[in-house]
Amino acid sequence: MKKQAELRMENLSFKYEGAEGFAVKNVDLTIEKGSFTTVLGHNGSGKSTLAKLINGLFLPTQGKVFVDGMDTQDEQHTWDVRARAGVVFQNPDNQIVATVVKDDVAFGLENIGVPHEQMEARIEEALGAVDMLDFIDRAPHMLSGGQKQRVAIAGIMAMKPAALILDEVTSMLDPKGRKEVFDTVRRLNKQRGITVVWITHFMEEAALSDRVLVMHRGEIRMDGTPREVFANGDALRSLRLDVPPMALLAQELVRRGIDIREDILSLDEMEREVVAKWRLNCKM
Amino acid sequence: MLRDITLGQYYPVDSPIHRLDPRTKIVLTIVYIVAVFFGKGLLGYLPTLLFLLLIIKLSGVPFTMMLKSLRPLRILLIFTFVLNLFFISSGEVLFRWRFIQITKDGLSHALRFSLRLIFLVLGTSLMTLTTPPVALTDGLESLCSPLKKIGFPAHEMAMMMTIALRFIPTLIEEADKIMKAQSARGADFSSGSVTSRARAMIPLLVPLFISAFRRAGDLAFAMEARCYRGGEGRTRLHILKFRKGDAVAFVITGLLIPVTIFAGRLL
Ligand SMILES: Nc1ncnc2c1ncn2[C@@H]1O[C@H](COP(=O)(O)OP(=O)(O)OP(=O)(O)O)[C@@H](O)[C@H]1O
Ligand SMILES: [Mg+2]
Repeated sequence: MKKQAELRMENLSFKYEGAEGFAVKNVDLTIEKGSFTTVLGHNGSGKSTLAKLINGLFLPTQGKVFVDGMDTQDEQHTWDVRARAGVVFQNPDNQIVATVVKDDVAFGLENIGVPHEQMEARIEEALGAVDMLDFIDRAPHMLSGGQKQRVAIAGIMAMKPAALILDEVTSMLDPKGRKEVFDTVRRLNKQRGITVVWITHFMEEAALSDRVLVMHRGEIRMDGTPREVFANGDALRSLRLDVPPMALLAQELVRRGIDIREDILSLDEMEREVVAKWRLNCKM
Repeated sequence: MLRDITLGQYYPVDSPIHRLDPRTKIVLTIVYIVAVFFGKGLLGYLPTLLFLLLIIKLSGVPFTMMLKSLRPLRILLIFTFVLNLFFISSGEVLFRWRFIQITKDGLSHALRFSLRLIFLVLGTSLMTLTTPPVALTDGLESLCSPLKKIGFPAHEMAMMMTIALRFIPTLIEEADKIMKAQSARGADFSSGSVTSRARAMIPLLVPLFISAFRRAGDLAFAMEARCYRGGEGRTRLHILKFRKGDAVAFVITGLLIPVTIFAGRLL
């Protein structure tokens, strides 16, 4: 069965006004419904620009972007596009509008004209989905970074989007908040089939996704499963990215002649592999 | 302190006063202020005092909480009292010692002005103590919306108030952080002359402003991403509704002005 496309970019380029070069260049990309795609790239490689192009905050200089078949340049669809492809940004403090969690989640619903009678239920459902229902009456500035980001995600989820684009939403969080937010998004993807575009510079997160894209100078330079992409350490390094530490360790161990799987990506996998090897050794 | 700003002084209990429509409370607070200014003579304040005691009792806000709202004004209160007491020289002299003298007029002025101030503060705090800021901005927006016809930006004003309330704690936190960072590099905010202290604020204010502008840019993107397009066609989470209690409140408060005027005439 051929999978359906949720987001499609055709020969997409974008140049900031007054800028020399293109911030996004010749991107041809199809993101399938229900997939979890990570976008990697060093600073200034065009990731945030791409995110803003997807929901029509920026319009292409060249080429086209389609969200569920709707052209983002078509003014008739501007608001449908934004409700369908929600973007969550990096700084949790700069995207929460209201002074109470509940009112903030309601903000998007009020904007798209959801009838008053349906609001309560949708707010509770959205906060439940990110596990923040207990905080419904709290002031956002009293929450931790990870909690604020989950509120921001709930604000988007309440609008019932088909796709979530998350632009480095974990980069300002501590490890605990990071895991909290990543796990929440991964769960929304698995359980509800939300299409996710996860922009990050954490390799551990990339390792847990279905597909990894690497951007460099506005272009997509690598595209594949995490294993395919991380196996190519030299190419990654030439794009100024690092291989995840555990992948590096595995590659190094193999190079030194130790019998271990080469395509290990995470600490979990490494632990399982080492324990398995150790058990095997004990038996011998 | 941070908490105080965003949630206002809101005191969350359930009471007939809390249940009033925020619009009712805003309008009646204005009526109350007018009544306070109509008070003449000490007897003229009696109805206001009784009214105030009644609504404080009804609101379920502890009296000590009310007194706290007077704290920031204590200097002003003392000033008002002392100035009026010593510098009004007309009327019968009650007390004299060297160049200090207190007259009957002075004493009554001092009492009346201080009382007026206390009544104003207590009355308006009662509104903020019983109404969450979200409801207040909703109420203001709704009250001002007839003015939209002559181009008054009622929705935008309410939105701005909400965003201001939301960002005050964030910016205070940030100012604190910058101040600590600058202090660590030897900046001194707390000593020296007024001008040197003002100059020391520049390295605090410049980064704060830059960051506020960056935040504003980010927030604008975030709001647009969530389909914000101004007040047109928006639905609301909170729907304001007048109930029977509001009618009762209007009648009681409305009577306050004539009663105050009448009581003032008696003396
Ligand atoms: N408002 C702007 N005006 C002009 N140029 C910009 C603007 N914003 C970004 N750029 C440029 O566009 C390019 C892509 O920037 P973008 O923010 O998309 O990168 P990024 O991959 O998100 O980087 P980071 O990892 O730092 O978030 C960069 O070269 C940047 O300097
Ligand atoms: Mg970015």
